[in-house]
Amino acid sequence: MKSKIIFFILAFFIFSSIHANENIKVNDIFKNLRCLVCQGQSIADSNSDFASTVKLVVEDQIKQGKSEKEIYSFLISKYGEWIVYKPSFDTKNFFLWILPYLVLVSGGIILYVLLRKKPKL
Amino acid sequence: MRVNLTRIIIFGFIFFCLSIFWLGLKKDQTYDTRNLIGNKINEFNIPSLDETNSFSEQYFLNNKFTIVNFFASWCAPCRDEHKYLVELSKNGAHIVGVSFKDKKSNTLDFLNQLGNPYKFIAADNDGKASISFGIYGIPESIIINSESVVVKKIIGPINQEIFKEILNIIK
Repeated sequence: MKSKIIFFILAFFIFSSIHANENIKVNDIFKNLRCLVCQGQSIADSNSDFASTVKLVVEDQIKQGKSEKEIYSFLISKYGEWIVYKPSFDTKNFFLWILPYLVLVSGGIILYVLLRKKPKL
Repeated sequence: MRVNLTRIIIFGFIFFCLSIFWLGLKKDQTYDTRNLIGNKINEFNIPSLDETNSFSEQYFLNNKFTIVNFFASWCAPCRDEHKYLVELSKNGAHIVGVSFKDKKSNTLDFLNQLGNPYKFIAADNDGKASISFGIYGIPESIIINSESVVVKKIIGPINQEIFKEILNIIK
């Protein structure tokens, strides 16, 4: 009897955890999608008609077993790259991705050069 | 010499940032999908309004150009553009109407009242099929060739100018 109770509790926790992970994944996708008819809102934040429809389509595609990448590429093919907040890492967006690191390194070099020149007190 | 180089780098960086901000401010922030032409429309299946048939990409094979028009009886701009659709139909355009999130009875009333320019009427009751066409508001019309490729997208209602453009494309 005791082992049965433990088994059910464990099964419940495993099921809840899997379900929670699925919800997190869906919500992550919604957060990365821009609502095209709203001002600065993601699909996750918006209750617009367009956002509700996109949510239904994303949920359907997840049920069909499509990956996050496949869902994004489907929506990008229909609405353009603007629909995703996080742009893809490709030759077109290479500079966009590399620029923050380039600025960081250049800033470091500039600071190093400036601080090295300061006379010791 | 080294100080000068550092200054050049710093001022160059500031100039670069300001240029980016200036270009960003000048850029038109209104996004629409009218430039997304050349994409293939496939993998969709929308039931007809009378639920006896369905609309899929096979439909495009039979016509040089098919105009897919998303409309609804509750959409005021759809009423405004309807006369142009009727006129296009009279000029030989092959138009498929997709009734978007609308009741069948309301759609039929709308068409009885304003005329039926459609060769086929499909019903996208939950709006999910509209995503396959990249629709984000209605009315929207898409001109698709026999290879299922988008030739032109019209965001918003058709007006006199767009009407002429469509005629030039389909002729």
